[in-house]
Amino acid sequence: MTLRGLGRGISIGKRCFSSFTEVEKPPMDGKPINLFSAINQALHIALETDPRAYVFGEDVGFGGVFRCTTGLADRFGRNRVFNTPLCEQGIAGFAIGLAAMGNRAIAEIQFADYIYPAFDQIVNEAAKFRYRSGNQFNCGGLTIRSPYGAVGHGGHYHSQSPEAFFCHVPGLKVVIPRSPRQAKGLLLACIRDSNPVVFFEPKWLYRLAVEEVPEHDYMLPLSQAEVIRQGSDITLVGWGAQLSVLEHACDEVAKDGISCELIDLRTLIPWDKETVEASVRKTGRLLVSHEAPVTGGFGAEISASIAERCFLRLEAPVARICGLDTPFPLVYEPFYMPTKNKVLDAIKATVNY
Amino acid sequence: MALGRSFEDMCAQMYYRGKMFGFVHLYNGQEAVSTGFIRLLQPGDAVVSTYRDHVHALSKGVPARAVMAELFGKTTGCCRGQGGSMHMFSAPHNFLGGFAFIGEGIPVATGAAFSSRYRHEVLKEASPSGGLDVTLAFFGDGTCNNGQFFECLNMAQLWKLPIVFVVENNLWAIGMSHLRATSDPVIWKKGPAFGMPGVPVDGMDVLKVREVAKEAIERARSGEGPTLVECETYRFRGHSLADPDELRKPGEDVDFKLCATLPCCIAFGLMCKFFGFFISYIMLKHSSLKGIIRKSKRSGCCR
Repeated sequence: MTLRGLGRGISIGKRCFSSFTEVEKPPMDGKPINLFSAINQALHIALETDPRAYVFGEDVGFGGVFRCTTGLADRFGRNRVFNTPLCEQGIAGFAIGLAAMGNRAIAEIQFADYIYPAFDQIVNEAAKFRYRSGNQFNCGGLTIRSPYGAVGHGGHYHSQSPEAFFCHVPGLKVVIPRSPRQAKGLLLACIRDSNPVVFFEPKWLYRLAVEEVPEHDYMLPLSQAEVIRQGSDITLVGWGAQLSVLEHACDEVAKDGISCELIDLRTLIPWDKETVEASVRKTGRLLVSHEAPVTGGFGAEISASIAERCFLRLEAPVARICGLDTPFPLVYEPFYMPTKNKVLDAIKATVNY
Repeated sequence: MALGRSFEDMCAQMYYRGKMFGFVHLYNGQEAVSTGFIRLLQPGDAVVSTYRDHVHALSKGVPARAVMAELFGKTTGCCRGQGGSMHMFSAPHNFLGGFAFIGEGIPVATGAAFSSRYRHEVLKEASPSGGLDVTLAFFGDGTCNNGQFFECLNMAQLWKLPIVFVVENNLWAIGMSHLRATSDPVIWKKGPAFGMPGVPVDGMDVLKVREVAKEAIERARSGEGPTLVECETYRFRGHSLADPDELRKPGEDVDFKLCATLPCCIAFGLMCKFFGFFISYIMLKHSSLKGIIRKSKRSGCCR
């Protein structure tokens, strides 16, 4: 706990991009709930505290296919929580229009795999709205929520991790929580942030991850990575569901005497370079892990940046343990995924380089 | 139709026993549309479907064993186990898939139709069908609010492509009622807006579907251009096998069930009397409905 506070102290001092300026002590009390319930709580609070906030998307009216929007329509009415037809491009563009007129538009894209028709609107309109209008208009009130990532049986179109595509777009923020408590705080921060945000929710954790989540309104800072575990031999960076894989790997190599520092990036752009750099300066080694295919994945950006900043300090090349460069498979999913064993092998290879 | 129903029922059994996994969407109740349309096609004609594609594949002639093996992820499946339930493809049968993403198949079908016209008119390749090879694009009511649908209606009519757009309107897109998601829920009227005929048909009556399909396919084959056909149908199971299906009212399917069983029997009686050739499509030699069902269960690949 105290060490974590230390780590955060360093990053706060050098924080440039975060929109949240107060020190937020991670709240520890609360009832144990799962990820979709935490997201649901955040949405209830968001709609409660801002009368011009709206939630919409496919099937959100009855609670959504993952139950994240349960109870919202009954409580806030169909004028504020409503279903849209099946048109992702329309949903995104419509959300941008709402946001441009000063509302908080919380749009849901039912699966991240379906976000591509909306990609045009998000990249060409949302990301550039403030810039090209000379700050006369902005769609800061836009938050797009979408379940992403593998779920064990999703196949090609219910498992993708498209975060890297959006990380390539100046003008957007991309945020990915690792657990229920993080999700609620980060989602509220995203909704209230004055920039358009794409919020990816790891669908595998919707029911599986259970954590104590405070019932009150709280936010967690954006663009601030969190050092979850202190270590001295190697830095591991990840986000979303992959962090639990990395944690298991940390536990296992600890038996061999390798001490791992584990960082949850939380915000992918703008990402907290200072925290990762400080950690790599301490350990001299870096491993990045994500589910998306390795080539062009966000791990490549982290690797290149850290190589630039810490070249002389690095004891070994930056390792990336990611999905394979194939379409997300159906039966071959266990081979595709960046599993704990692949991470273990890479940690040992990097430490023994 | 009997094969389709028993196949889907077996899928459900396998799924709930934990032998099959993934997202599986069953076609129970909509068999008349698949049979009514696809059984009229020639081998050179193509079909593009949705994620609810098992029965479309079976109607097109993909062996039931290959489809079932695909569902289990086996290499003997039609896509070597790599596609799964939502992506049935078969090059020998001109079955262009299975699309998980709604509406994605429609432009693909439009391209296939263009290719058919190009081969016929520019490359002067004759087709065994005697005219243009036709493409059928199947999709649901939810898809009719998607941009790709409208873009393709325009392109198909503009270039007079040999394609039939078949809407399987079962009134529900997962949990979203078609009537609450669409400004004008009468889908067939969208055809004339683009200059092509739009036709509604009772999708539970295989003979009525076949009548409309015959005309639409002939139009496309002779080069007169596309048609939009709206089949009013109903799915008797939930959206997918993982869905609780709590939104549809329990009595909603009663009318559709009545329509489905009665014409089935009448259909068979008429089939024997007037449409002898129809039987050859179904590869059956028995003269009773029970015989058809028995044989289809045997020829299906039940484990």
